[in-house]
Amino acid sequence: MQIELKDNIKRRNRTNGRFRYLIIAGAAVTVIPIFLIVGNLALKGYRQINIAFFTEPAPDTFQAMTAASSGEIIPGGIANGLTGSLLMVLAASLLAIPLGLMTGIYLYENREKRYAGIIRSLTEILQGVPSIILGIIAYIWVVKNITRGYSALAGSVALTIMMLPLIIRSTEETMLMIPTTIREAAFALGVPYYKMIYKILIPVSFSGLATGVLLALSRILGETAPLMLTALGSPSISFDITKPVSAVPLLIWDFYNDPNMVNLVWSASLFLMVFVLSMNLLSRRIASKRKYI
Amino acid sequence: MNGDRVTKALLFISSLIILLLSAGIVLSLTGGAIPAFKEYGLGFITSTVWNPTSGSEEYGAMPFIAGTVITSVLALIICIPMAFSTSLFIAEYYRGTRTAGILRSLVDLLAGIPSIVYGFWGFYALRPLLISTGLTDQGFGVFTASLVLAIMIVPYATSLSTEIISMVPAELKEAAFSLGATRREVIFSVVIPSARSGIVASFILALGRALGETMAVTLLIGNANLIPKGLFAPGNTMASVIANQFGEADGLKMSALIAIGLLLFVITALVNAAGKLIVKRFA
Repeated sequence: MQIELKDNIKRRNRTNGRFRYLIIAGAAVTVIPIFLIVGNLALKGYRQINIAFFTEPAPDTFQAMTAASSGEIIPGGIANGLTGSLLMVLAASLLAIPLGLMTGIYLYENREKRYAGIIRSLTEILQGVPSIILGIIAYIWVVKNITRGYSALAGSVALTIMMLPLIIRSTEETMLMIPTTIREAAFALGVPYYKMIYKILIPVSFSGLATGVLLALSRILGETAPLMLTALGSPSISFDITKPVSAVPLLIWDFYNDPNMVNLVWSASLFLMVFVLSMNLLSRRIASKRKYI
Repeated sequence: MNGDRVTKALLFISSLIILLLSAGIVLSLTGGAIPAFKEYGLGFITSTVWNPTSGSEEYGAMPFIAGTVITSVLALIICIPMAFSTSLFIAEYYRGTRTAGILRSLVDLLAGIPSIVYGFWGFYALRPLLISTGLTDQGFGVFTASLVLAIMIVPYATSLSTEIISMVPAELKEAAFSLGATRREVIFSVVIPSARSGIVASFILALGRALGETMAVTLLIGNANLIPKGLFAPGNTMASVIANQFGEADGLKMSALIAIGLLLFVITALVNAAGKLIVKRFA
């Protein structure tokens, strides 16, 4: 039997080269949007960013209209959004960070149990729930039954449920990287269980835990949809957790719906994006500089 | 010891809260959806009429289910070549180089941009561009929303498939190279077959993301309560109709919106579970 050995290596090399360029082109297309978005926002948004932008609440339509028609910078800023975001994120962190850490440690300590497996799966499901649904939930639980009206508390509850799975998973994953010998050494010395947790487990994995918390914060800071259903928005600065408040992403939505305030949307979006991205980068930086784990 | 017992109890209680939270979410959604399902039965899911005019109120979820599925699948189709080439770039062609590291961080940055910023950018920067191509008059609609959605889900698809592709054993690839295969042939005959399930899972998980995306879609899809008639026709997704109409809803309409939320919850949970299952079983 005669086997035909014919190699068309030239053609194969050509397709090989072409495929490589195709991959490079595809990767380039993927990163182009980030430059477009950052460039676009920076170019159109920087004009409005001044001190008043951070210290004054949002202007009303009329002020914006007069300024826009005379070509001036729109007065006012996003102070009411900043305080509202701060209030809700703070409240959500107070609930979600301890609860998330404890659940994460529980999952780590009881890895083999069936019950822990169920909790782990539930956490994964919770992480996949679209944020708008958490808005509905916070509306049903808090707006309808507790504060009887839109409130910062409802917004915080929605953000808490968003943060929880992120913190739980990062806690468990971080702890899994701790060498078990450290634990065993502590137990061998007769250290009680709870001391082992907060004198060894938590300090050793601190940078990992901080990364998880920062990532969770950067996720919820930009959330808009659940807040539309819960915190609603407010034109003035307010620190009352039972009353509606604004938030930076909510202000972007308000500005967007008012044709006179387009310039402010660019600035507010620029600010929000820069803030969230720096938090994101900071957490990655911590992660890459970890000492122990 | 007392401290031990308290600590163990605290840890257990916090895990119990997750259980209660999950049960509460399902129960509250179901409870809120009951009036709508009582009124329309399972026909609520298949009905294509959404008419909130009081007196002749009628609600059906089909326009939004269709809108969600069409935009998400289209977004996934746009996203696949981008994510695929990016992960091959990082994990295969320029593996371990500085360029790959930079590309990876840039793609990660895409995941950090808030949804509303994407929507706004799509509205003011991308929409005029699409209008100038002459394909669409208004620039709103399924295609615009899908395009932005695709950019948003690229990082999720890329990070997992990069990881899976870089885990393909070097021995396998070297064996193929030693037989005289070119790089492209190695990729198609060794890398992709052994990473297939992981790559599929990464795209399923990205799809799960796209299904629930709200703000960017709300700003771009055009908000028409009917099944989209074409690629450039306006529509509404399950998430965007909730975002648009929940604020002014009450009674039956609110229940219908919560019912849509319940359906969205079920769909995303199923899609995510499928993705996770594939990852666990094969990767």
